[in-house]
Amino acid sequence: MEHIVIIGNGISGVTVARHIRKNSDKKITIVSSETDYFFSRTALMYVYMGHMKFEHIKPYENWFWKKNDISLKRAFVSRVNHTDKKLELSNSESIDYDKLIIATGSKSNKFGWPGQDLDGAQGLYSKQDLDTLEKNAPNKETCKRAVIVGGGLIGIELAEMLISRNIPVTFLVRETSFWNGVLPKGESQMLNEHILEHHIDLKLATNLVEIIADENGKVKAITTDKGETIACNVVGLTAGVTPNIDFLKDSGIEIGRGVKVNRFLETNIKDIYAIGDCAEQHDPIGQRRHIEAVWYTGRMMGEALAQTICATKTEYKPGHWFNSAKFLDIEYQTYGWVFSEKTKKEYEAHFHWRHPKEKICITIAYHKESKKFLGINTFGIRLRHEIFDRWLTEARDINHIVKFLKDANFDPEFFKQYESDIATQFNKEFGTSIVPQKKNWKRIFSKA
Amino acid sequence: MKTIKKIGLVIFLFGLTTFISLLFLGKFELTPAQFEQIVSNNRIKSDVFITQINKEVVGQELNGMYSLSSKIGDALEKANAYHRKNKEYKKVIYSKPQDLAAAIGKKSASGFIVNNKGLMWFLTFGLSIIGALLFILPNYVLLGAKGIKNDGIYHNNATNKGWVAWLVFFFLVSFYLILYFKSEYAVNWTFLVDPISEFLSGNPAGHWFVYGFMYCVVMTVMAVRMYIKYRHNVYQMVRTTSVLFFQIVFAFLVPEIMVRLQMPYYDFKNAFPLDYDFFFQWNLKSLINSGGIGMFILVWGIVLTLVIVPVMVYFFGKRWYCSWVCGCGGLAETLGDPYRQHSSKSLFSWKVERWLIHIVLVFAMAMTIMTLYSFFTETRVVLGVKTQTIQNIYSFLIGAVFAGVIGTGFYPIFGNRVWCRFGCPLAAYLGFVQRFKSRFRITTNGGQCISCGNCSTYCEQGIDVRAYAQKGENIVRSSCVGCGICSAVCPRGVLKLENGPLEGRINGKDILLGNDVDLMELVNSKIK
Repeated sequence: MEHIVIIGNGISGVTVARHIRKNSDKKITIVSSETDYFFSRTALMYVYMGHMKFEHIKPYENWFWKKNDISLKRAFVSRVNHTDKKLELSNSESIDYDKLIIATGSKSNKFGWPGQDLDGAQGLYSKQDLDTLEKNAPNKETCKRAVIVGGGLIGIELAEMLISRNIPVTFLVRETSFWNGVLPKGESQMLNEHILEHHIDLKLATNLVEIIADENGKVKAITTDKGETIACNVVGLTAGVTPNIDFLKDSGIEIGRGVKVNRFLETNIKDIYAIGDCAEQHDPIGQRRHIEAVWYTGRMMGEALAQTICATKTEYKPGHWFNSAKFLDIEYQTYGWVFSEKTKKEYEAHFHWRHPKEKICITIAYHKESKKFLGINTFGIRLRHEIFDRWLTEARDINHIVKFLKDANFDPEFFKQYESDIATQFNKEFGTSIVPQKKNWKRIFSKA
Repeated sequence: MKTIKKIGLVIFLFGLTTFISLLFLGKFELTPAQFEQIVSNNRIKSDVFITQINKEVVGQELNGMYSLSSKIGDALEKANAYHRKNKEYKKVIYSKPQDLAAAIGKKSASGFIVNNKGLMWFLTFGLSIIGALLFILPNYVLLGAKGIKNDGIYHNNATNKGWVAWLVFFFLVSFYLILYFKSEYAVNWTFLVDPISEFLSGNPAGHWFVYGFMYCVVMTVMAVRMYIKYRHNVYQMVRTTSVLFFQIVFAFLVPEIMVRLQMPYYDFKNAFPLDYDFFFQWNLKSLINSGGIGMFILVWGIVLTLVIVPVMVYFFGKRWYCSWVCGCGGLAETLGDPYRQHSSKSLFSWKVERWLIHIVLVFAMAMTIMTLYSFFTETRVVLGVKTQTIQNIYSFLIGAVFAGVIGTGFYPIFGNRVWCRFGCPLAAYLGFVQRFKSRFRITTNGGQCISCGNCSTYCEQGIDVRAYAQKGENIVRSSCVGCGICSAVCPRGVLKLENGPLEGRINGKDILLGNDVDLMELVNSKIK
């Protein structure tokens, strides 16, 4: 029986294992050095915040794996020997494989800051990082202040975690406005306001220079490029992530920043594949990045690769881009492509609407000439994935979106709806007279 | 603000302590006239009992209910044993000792508590309400900007099965045990609410009136907590208001007022088989003898169960009843909300749930068929079993122990819907309709789920919501009461409670939306 070995028990590795099992009775082993069982990485924050216990963020009960005949092995792979098709483990055991799937995810970026490896300086990615944080910042007495370096999604999550225990947070962001390399300025501005509203000391356009140790080698303070010294006990290093593939150096597997793969997620070595955060496409797919460190893409790569492993050779061909996040109290969803001022193409224009009081806004990206709908960002309004996926496939224009926006509203019942306000502003700016149509089940469920 | 909370807690605990201490306090002096009245009211023919009470209780000053109830229980036991021995069955007293003790206690109590009902109400209910509100209201500021506020739930001993939770568990269980099995100890509590009861129905309060009043008070205070905690979520606010309205008006005020108007006591929203004694002989007789209104109630009760309930479930799901109208649900959604995370999500619990709740439904139906058969054929025995025995077993096991003691008492440990999930026969019945013929579902939003587990953790019915959401599958489960909290706590906007067309309501998918359309078609077509 063919032995499929998967390194990494995150969403990518586990998805590929589940789908191989659905389609075959191949022998499957998942190797992980992080935890015994799969857990939802994106939910680690809720464990620290006391919303859930660690057991709650495990999507499957422990019996699931045995029942589905998926072996779990807690070990660290130190070397891949592809000539003998063998994995060497750090405990000097080894595992033979017929096909190998690398799904080792990411690790936190460290850019060579002085003091970055001190006790108290840490990233937030793994279960071990969570345990470390629990030790470094159990409460506001032990951790009198924390400084977070890097204004991305993990940074703001870490800030939210720490303030949930009343630990004062200073948030250093390199950009002039939060996450404005990704978000258009209206949205980025709204998030700046929301961050301050939560009493997070947001320092924009500020970089870390050095982390200073006390006499015990623990973090004592940091200095910034603005000449400021900030006393703190914890430094969160959240300036992005990078593929976790150090163990593949000199293995013969082609690596760049990540493991180089083609559209079939195959590496340069036969029978070795890579998926998820650690996979790097030779050529990016559409407007996607070479490396997509996103929950959903990891899952989709797993879904696609399982077909290839089970003899239906299948390209990784993701559909329309979508993503979501939550910034403190504000939910964010995106469908299609909305680029920031820094990254958008010359043909991309935006329609932006923001609620006069509440932290709610949307941005619709469209093509300047053709008025074709390119993508939408929403903050504080939930949207129906299926509808936007369909509208993107049908290449609708922006007027269509504004007219039928109610079909796509996914907010809970009784919530105030803003489609009319949005249309009113749109009509004013574009000289149109669009009347928003009432929600219609027939349209929602009709297959394009 | 935190100081206000602490002061509130102290005041609340003082009120609660006073309330509890009333169980042991009080002076009882039974006069000969009072006793005569009790004898005639209860149609007591036992000379043995009367003599012994006259000797041991009448004219004496007894302190605390224990001394009174033990004397009454003792006299009752001796008298009945004597009459049974002498085959004087007509003299045997069939009243339960706790009912008799409660009746005598109610009549004979004297002293401070009885003479200062208003003050005592303030020292118990009043202080508890003020204290609880002082504890809750500062959250409006302390919780900060509106949004999901579940910080620290698993760090807090009260909400994470710590000693506070066990203390609450102990209190609630004891409270229900007293209410159902030792109601004579609640006599002092009845004095607190006598003025309210007399105002409403014209009668002095019994222990069930205390319970009804307390139920409304607890729900109102805890509804304030709900309003503050979920102030970003209009669905929660509307639902809380609805459930509060139905409790106060339909379960509490209307039945009391009906009594004042010489009508039968009836809660118009309490549907059979949750209202398990609706078809009991005494109830049918009382309805039939109450003229027009009695017949109206009889027809309403039947139409409610057979037509209104299922039709409404078809259109809105069982939530319209379980989390918008029902009293049990109302308490669970207000008092029980801090404990919702404790319902077990394991597959094993789901199996237990399906067995238990359907057994209770079968039990309720079998008992009702027996009851109706007995009623129409005027027999007391069906297939060699006394109907009364079955009714007593049901009332004790299901009505008192399961729905009351376990259903509410176990909130802090097993979550706030133990009864609704494992026991309620009405929920089981609504569940069939919801599962097989209803427009209601919780829609999963394409491929947006990140498997975080908030939805499952905070599902009070123990549904593993995530298991569906991460497959892109809608949640259509018979047990879902549509509280809407899964949707509220979802950080990625994945879940929405909605009523829509039946077609496509259940939509299993292997490959989720957002991936290659060809792959989605290839794989998903296989599982159809």
